[in-house]
Amino acid sequence: MSFTGTDSYIATEDLMLAVNAAIVLGRPLLIKGEPGTGKTMLAEEVARGLGKTLFQWHIKSTTKAQQGLYEYDAVSRLRDSQLGDDRVHDIANYIIKGKLWEAFESEEQPVLLIDEVDKADIEFPNDLLQELDRMEFYVYETRQTIVARNRPIIIITSNNEKELPDAFLRRCFFHYIRFPDHETMQKIVHAHYPDLKKKLLKEAMEVFFGIREISGLKKKPSTSELLDWLHILTREDVPPETLKKSRDDKKMPPFHGALLKNEQDVQLFDIQVRRSLRGY
Amino acid sequence: MLIDFFMRLKVASIPVTPREFLTLLEAMQKRVLPYASLDEYYALSRLCLVKSETHYDKFDRVFAEYFRGTVFDPEKIIKEIPEQWLRQLAEKILTEEEMRSIEATGDLEKLMEMLKKRLEEQQERHQGGSKWVGTAGTSPFGAFGYNPEGVRIGQNESRHQRAVKVWDKREFKDLDDSVELGTRNIKMALRRLRHFAREGAAEELDLPDTIRSTAKNAGYLDLRMVPKRHNKVKVLLFFDVGGSMDPHISVCEKLFSAARTEFKHLEFFYFHNFIYESVWRTNSRRREQRFPTLDLIHTFGSDYKLIFVGDANMAPYEIESSGGSLEHHNRESGATWLQRLLDHFTHSVWLNPVPEDYWRYTTSVQMIRQLMETRMFPLTMEGLIRSIRVLSK
Repeated sequence: MSFTGTDSYIATEDLMLAVNAAIVLGRPLLIKGEPGTGKTMLAEEVARGLGKTLFQWHIKSTTKAQQGLYEYDAVSRLRDSQLGDDRVHDIANYIIKGKLWEAFESEEQPVLLIDEVDKADIEFPNDLLQELDRMEFYVYETRQTIVARNRPIIIITSNNEKELPDAFLRRCFFHYIRFPDHETMQKIVHAHYPDLKKKLLKEAMEVFFGIREISGLKKKPSTSELLDWLHILTREDVPPETLKKSRDDKKMPPFHGALLKNEQDVQLFDIQVRRSLRGY
Repeated sequence: MLIDFFMRLKVASIPVTPREFLTLLEAMQKRVLPYASLDEYYALSRLCLVKSETHYDKFDRVFAEYFRGTVFDPEKIIKEIPEQWLRQLAEKILTEEEMRSIEATGDLEKLMEMLKKRLEEQQERHQGGSKWVGTAGTSPFGAFGYNPEGVRIGQNESRHQRAVKVWDKREFKDLDDSVELGTRNIKMALRRLRHFAREGAAEELDLPDTIRSTAKNAGYLDLRMVPKRHNKVKVLLFFDVGGSMDPHISVCEKLFSAARTEFKHLEFFYFHNFIYESVWRTNSRRREQRFPTLDLIHTFGSDYKLIFVGDANMAPYEIESSGGSLEHHNRESGATWLQRLLDHFTHSVWLNPVPEDYWRYTTSVQMIRQLMETRMFPLTMEGLIRSIRVLSK
């Protein structure tokens, strides 16, 4: 059993190696990379490619590690006690399972995605060390230990907003998804739009990589932006000649809003283009 | 061989630990590498040992240096790679018959000999550009950049078309250390300066207090509320504008916009080169609308934190002499004015967009650093974090 990418997800050799090493050794895989390079998609595709269930735990700034394990709904219990509900006598009725618990309980080996781990508090990863290491945790309220039936394949993504603690990093494999080169990008586009006309793709790629080369952009367009843009181009049936013309005439390509999402970036593009027209 | 490599990473100040090294060995033992090539070994060791893309460049350099220094002759490679790699390799290169005959005798020596012979044959075919030693990655010795005379890996001008390996390309060089300051990064750093306090209307449920008073109330709910926590930190920002600061405008803008969204109590002022008896809030009307420095002291409490941003590049007399200012006649020296501010406000730092390495060449930088009692930091991610540590003490 090994991951080799899927029909809609092109994985580079080293990414495949990273995923497979993580599966074989049962370690969490930490994924970083430019926005829009398919970090979150990876977990979905690994689950799909290997035919496994996917559990997704999306992290927010307010997420606590405990919520991934379980939560004790004290307020419901309090309310039930006031109403004289019978459920109140069993504390287990008020334990709400978290994503990690669900994944641990799974009959077959699941894939667990911990998405954007850096969004949470700085201490968040530290609170999960034991759980990720031993794949077990203790429920104080019911005095039971939950042990993973099958070590889940854990994929963690990070956007680099916070530095992650060393102890946490030591337990993970780390892979940085580089921005795809020309060749890989063509494969990716082909996987998504197999019917795309070669000529249009060629022109679109020229425009796309041209924009990425402008220095000083606040947000460089990434894979997902290119795919969106191609989607619009094909739906509006823009002929490749229009793209070529926009490139030759040094004009904004059609539907540039899909690529440049920042007013200042659009202006920057304009300035650069005009400069190159004047022959700087 | 691998321990030596590990030690070199350590020397290159990549934070590697024995635990990660053992993980790498475990991964190799479990045959994670399907082709056992150096390319894959590179990817795997990086996966296990390096935990931040900022270290990728350092890692690439160590890897290239370490494996370039070794001249690979087949004997040596074969001795150095673990036996299991060898077997996989043999399966790839030798025919089934040959394999069977070797397996029958179980003779490793013979296997080596055969491999060597085959590799020499291969080399000729490779010159013809056939798939034997190619980039498809099926042949480990292709990845090793093998040549019977002992070719070194990663010679940039090599005639092997793709001899420039990933680690030689150093694609991660711009990710190393000198982290670019984006507003998000700055915001994250500034966030450390937060100081929370409860103020205002009570709108949050105070659970411990509710439980306590409910218990007192014979089990009937008695809800208790508390005010929300707010970031109470107060900041005064001073920007040096014009002249030598022009190249640093973009980084200052970023700092400014990040600070603006992060702090509710933020006041900002501009100055030119150094602080004298007045500063201003809008650059277009700097002549008419001045804000006296003394008023800063009277208006803002000493709990405001001062951040100066400037390159501290000027003539020494602009700091220490009265009348030293370039733009007007100042009756008291800039140093006096700065000292007044420092006496009133207990927390202050100076952020300098010029790289730290250049500071010692400029007298004025040294002088200001002394005035600030060394609380001058470079305007990089790392410098910002250091300065915030000082500010939040």
